[in-house]
Amino acid sequence: MSATHNHPAPAPLGGPLVTPVTITLAILVAVAFIILGIRFVLGIGAVTNVSDGYPFGIWIAYDVVVGSAFACGGYAMAILVYIFNKGEYHPMVRPALLASMFGYTLAGASVIFDLGRYWNTWHIFWPGYAQVNSVMFEVAVCITAYIVVMMIEFSPAFLEKFGLKDIHKKLNKVLFFIIALGVLLPSMHQSSLGSLIVVFGNQIHPLWQTVMLPLLYLLTAVMIGFAIVIFESCLSSSGFKRPLELHLLTKLSRLMTGMLVVYLVVRLTDLAVRGVLGYIFEPSLEAVMFWVEMGLFIAPLFILWQPASRVKPVRLFVSAFCLLFAGFFLRINAFLVGYETGAGWHYFPAVPEIMVSVGLVALEILGYIVLVRYLPILPREEKI
Amino acid sequence: MKRREFLKGALAGGALLATSSPAEARPNKTMPPEAVGLLYDSTLCIGCKACVAACKEANDMPPEFSTVEQYWDTPLDISGKTLNVIKMYKEGSGATKDSEHNGHAFMKFSCLHCVDPSCVSACPVSAMTKDPVNGIVSHDKSACIGCRYCVAACPFGVPRFQYDRPFPQITKCQLCKHRMAEGQYAACAYVCPTGATLFGKMTDLNAEAKRRLALKPGEDTEFPRGNLTTHDQSSFPAKAAKYLPQIYGDKELGGTQMIKLSAVPFEKLGMPTLPERSYAATSETMQHTLYGGLVLPLVFLGGLTFIAKRNVKNDGEDEKE
Repeated sequence: MSATHNHPAPAPLGGPLVTPVTITLAILVAVAFIILGIRFVLGIGAVTNVSDGYPFGIWIAYDVVVGSAFACGGYAMAILVYIFNKGEYHPMVRPALLASMFGYTLAGASVIFDLGRYWNTWHIFWPGYAQVNSVMFEVAVCITAYIVVMMIEFSPAFLEKFGLKDIHKKLNKVLFFIIALGVLLPSMHQSSLGSLIVVFGNQIHPLWQTVMLPLLYLLTAVMIGFAIVIFESCLSSSGFKRPLELHLLTKLSRLMTGMLVVYLVVRLTDLAVRGVLGYIFEPSLEAVMFWVEMGLFIAPLFILWQPASRVKPVRLFVSAFCLLFAGFFLRINAFLVGYETGAGWHYFPAVPEIMVSVGLVALEILGYIVLVRYLPILPREEKI
Repeated sequence: MKRREFLKGALAGGALLATSSPAEARPNKTMPPEAVGLLYDSTLCIGCKACVAACKEANDMPPEFSTVEQYWDTPLDISGKTLNVIKMYKEGSGATKDSEHNGHAFMKFSCLHCVDPSCVSACPVSAMTKDPVNGIVSHDKSACIGCRYCVAACPFGVPRFQYDRPFPQITKCQLCKHRMAEGQYAACAYVCPTGATLFGKMTDLNAEAKRRLALKPGEDTEFPRGNLTTHDQSSFPAKAAKYLPQIYGDKELGGTQMIKLSAVPFEKLGMPTLPERSYAATSETMQHTLYGGLVLPLVFLGGLTFIAKRNVKNDGEDEKE
């Protein structure tokens, strides 16, 4: 990340750390930690509605499967800047990477809350225990490796802050390899998050059970990466009262629209080829949720189809917002709504369970605010 | 110069792909040589639940209460405290045994010890294993991380988890392998008064199941009890039921080591209708196609490294300008 490409260099934002927003976030984080305390003393059942019929709740389906996809901004930007050599997006790399690092680290951490026998977690990485045929193994190892890779990718921000130039120079020499890993690893585990449910077989509704899962999850992960960058740019520009990098967001949205077309063609062709399109006209919760999901994928396409729409910040923001929810529903529908283990089992997250997930998001936002104020992440504002 | 380098890289990648054997679809796994298991004959089951009690005792599992007055163990389903239950099907008046309409029937719920188990394929830490010789699917709690991927993956809903404990375990039937080590066999089959649950080698059990399907309904016959291979108990004389022409577990997901016979459709008794190809085979074929020998990821990484190096270098040049 030595490059500047004639863009303003990143600089700490400064400003107050204790504000009504940060205090609210801190309270939400504290509530989550109290609930987690109860979980570790009384068991998972005490604070969640998970059961043997729904052994995975939102701590897996939302915090990990959706959460890590929402953390794909850094991945999507790395592809653009370093693989497609679009240096113009360079100012977006650091903020996106920071959000990604937070998102992934917390997704990884939240797995620990959910693991019943968390003290054995290291077994996943240990020869003799590691079971390489397991999709879970692949996901766990790749996500862990990616978190480390992102910390290295992000470390220049710290090295600059503390003036450690020698290490920074050495790091720059091997950074290209770290960047390559930072593109490979998310490609692997984001597709595998879809493959996780292949072994569930007939327990997953046919609308979401397909051998195309790896491709569908990979495509949506990259699109969500673009969407989250647009979403966060809009929020951070209004939150920190900074100018919006509209010319870049416009180009990003064009890429996003193109990918949406590809995704929808793959998704609908797959449903048609497998002959399960009939399910979407049945009066069932699954069909309704499918329409919600598809509607959220199609809406941004409508909004952004006209190039003139792509220069309007509100339309960009709404499109990104829709796409984030579309990705959310694709994953939640597959892992929870379309998951059927027989009569008598129901799942809807319990309030404490939701509060833990809310607390994690709060922690992410809080961390982001603190770090952009303290470290060189956002591009320095040019005085005009 | 750069183009030539890129071509070289692409060629090397292509060669690597060509030399590696193409990923083959993984077939279903096959029955282990000395496979042992159970034959459950719903038509012989009288719902006495002696097997439920014996299972609790043999596996040292706590009682589970489903009534207000907690008089005795009354599990309604398998759970973190119960490895085996008998459930009842009842329709209409429920009067006639083994009749789909106005009848009742029983079904045993416990691990089916799949030939190609989803739980074993799903487990990331080898806590769930299948014995290569006798085929018993076991769970090792000391290896387990409690991720519950096995619970989610099992199409029969068998592995269960203790959600009410701070230091929980996965629980499931392990075919009393600890009793087998002492020269005994599955407690549920040992105590079954009618031979509805029968223990034995899979080859013997399959032959016995086929013999029963060939009987004429109402025909007098002898039903072995206990251990089919050692004939440790006297047989139970009864009339043959009107069996459905199906051995459940013979073909389902590539077969199981608990096969079942019934006169009422299995779907009605809570046993899912499943394809012959195992989900583990589908899942592992997908993973091996993408990650077999790490060939594809390494080729991809090589390409990415090359491109990233070129692009990062360009960045550096820009900086000097």
